[in-house]
Amino acid sequence: MNQLNLQANFSDADAFFAALADLHREGDERKSERINARLILLLANHIGDQAVLLEAMRIAAQVTTTDE
Amino acid sequence: MVSTYVNPVYDFQPSPDQTANPPAHHPVIIVGGGPTGLYCALDLAKQGIPSVVLDEDNTVSYGSRALCFSKRSLEILDRVGCGQAMVNKGVTWQLGKVFFHERQVYEFNLLPEEGHQRPAFINIQQYYPEEFLVNRIRDFPEIDLRWQSKVTQVKKTGDLVEVSLTTPAGDYRMTCDYVLVADGANSPIRESLGLQSSGQIFNDTFLIADILMKADFPTERWFWFDPPFHPGQSVLLHKQPDGCWRIDFQLGPGADRQAWRDPEKVRPLVKAMLGDDIEFEFEWLSVYSFRCRRMDSFIHEDRILFVGDSAHQVSPFGARGANGALQSAENLIWKLARVLKQQAPAALLQTYDQERSHGADENILNSTRATDFITPKNRVTRLFRDTVLELAEQYPFARPLVNSGRLSVPCTYKRSVLNTPDSVNDNFPPALCPGASCKDAPIKVLQAGHSAEPWLLPQLGDRFVLLVDGRHLPREDLDQLAQVADLEIVVLAEYVSSDYCTLKDSAGLVAERYDLQPGTAYLIRPDQHVVARWRQVNAHKVLAAMQRALAKELV
Repeated sequence: MNQLNLQANFSDADAFFAALADLHREGDERKSERINARLILLLANHIGDQAVLLEAMRIAAQVTTTDE
Repeated sequence: MVSTYVNPVYDFQPSPDQTANPPAHHPVIIVGGGPTGLYCALDLAKQGIPSVVLDEDNTVSYGSRALCFSKRSLEILDRVGCGQAMVNKGVTWQLGKVFFHERQVYEFNLLPEEGHQRPAFINIQQYYPEEFLVNRIRDFPEIDLRWQSKVTQVKKTGDLVEVSLTTPAGDYRMTCDYVLVADGANSPIRESLGLQSSGQIFNDTFLIADILMKADFPTERWFWFDPPFHPGQSVLLHKQPDGCWRIDFQLGPGADRQAWRDPEKVRPLVKAMLGDDIEFEFEWLSVYSFRCRRMDSFIHEDRILFVGDSAHQVSPFGARGANGALQSAENLIWKLARVLKQQAPAALLQTYDQERSHGADENILNSTRATDFITPKNRVTRLFRDTVLELAEQYPFARPLVNSGRLSVPCTYKRSVLNTPDSVNDNFPPALCPGASCKDAPIKVLQAGHSAEPWLLPQLGDRFVLLVDGRHLPREDLDQLAQVADLEIVVLAEYVSSDYCTLKDSAGLVAERYDLQPGTAYLIRPDQHVVARWRQVNAHKVLAAMQRALAKELV
């Protein structure tokens, strides 16, 4: 069974983060939400494997930050 | 309101049972004369079991109610001689379109495969199948259909069930071996026995408007998410027979049910949808909300059997209500008939509960998921839903996520204890595995079959069938099997070379769909589900599989 890769896998981590920040540079939260939704759906389809997706969702729901 | 259908009136006839002392006894009493109860009586009669059907009313369904009947339902109704009437009257469709705002984002075709007698779906108002079933029942004197006979109590006493009822000619009692409770989603009998059907209640309200109009909409299923003419809600448009169209408007939670039954309130909504130029009249208006729920067990005290909506209920998205009910009914009847005829132990009936619990769970899961997609529960879910719809127009990847109802497909009883699992060395493809319902294909009847129809499915059903590829006939084994009660051998061959029913695979589709090789054989249950298959058949294997399929190993 495939497993979610939790090791670093970006070909260019800094460039990815910069591009992600650029996507949301305008600061319109509604627009940002829609972009994020599209992004999640596009990437989820690319991954495809339900077990990997469930593992990612589980971790996403579990990891807490200071404001939660 | 206008009407294209006049409900037939079936007169109450007093029964000699009213004055019988001691109370009359019947093998089976069926409570409820809806599609499920009527079908059960016919299938029982075909299996040689007489029954009494009790209905509290004196006519068929009021209003259109169940609308989409699946290919599998038509095949089930074919077994009792009602499939053709359904197809003749119904509207055949297979194309569905999905719209978001004012744009089409997706379309689907339900039956891309040729070579099946019955179409993927037909639309037909529920009163028609009920009327066809009532008419067909007249051909079977062993079915005693009693109108205006309201059951007031069902009670198990020893090995019998006592049924009390009230009629215009007074109250009386009968006894039976088994009672089938098919009295609908709100089942008064279930309530009176203190039994629960539990699950999820949905808050959203929906309005069904059946309208008559002359319009050139194509015969397709059109589903809108958030259309400009009904902002924030969903709308479904479907064609029915008699120039009638069903429009299903989502009204949201807390809609005023009474107000929406007024045609003058609904008129502007329909006008906004159709435009000012199209004239229409209302035929039927109803407001509903729905539940997805089921009983923990469909069998109570061994002899009280719940079937159809009384046992399991789903939301209408996916057409899994009446279609699921008919699948449950056909699953039950062959088993009940064999238990009554003492050809199988009572344990066989428990597999009705197991197999149809699986079917009900599958229907409830699909129907709940569709409902959740159609009526998102919060802002973020709605955002994802809308994003899926937006992306679907341009990107194929998003289309499988669009869910306006996953339409009913026949249930596969993959884990049923009645199945004989495939032998690993046989290398069968997964389609038509033990538990699957048989696929149709065109054939030519070379030597007297079950039916003269040039299709495979009508040759199967009612009894166990061993479907054998005739290129390698283990003749001695077959001759031995031909003596087995309740089993008939059907040979697929180019020419008649045996005493058995012989079919020619005229289009080569049986071989393709069943992955036939010389010596391949399928053992098929009376409800047309595969229960075992082999590459090299012999009598020993078939006899063992028959024992298992009749639950004789479970005792």
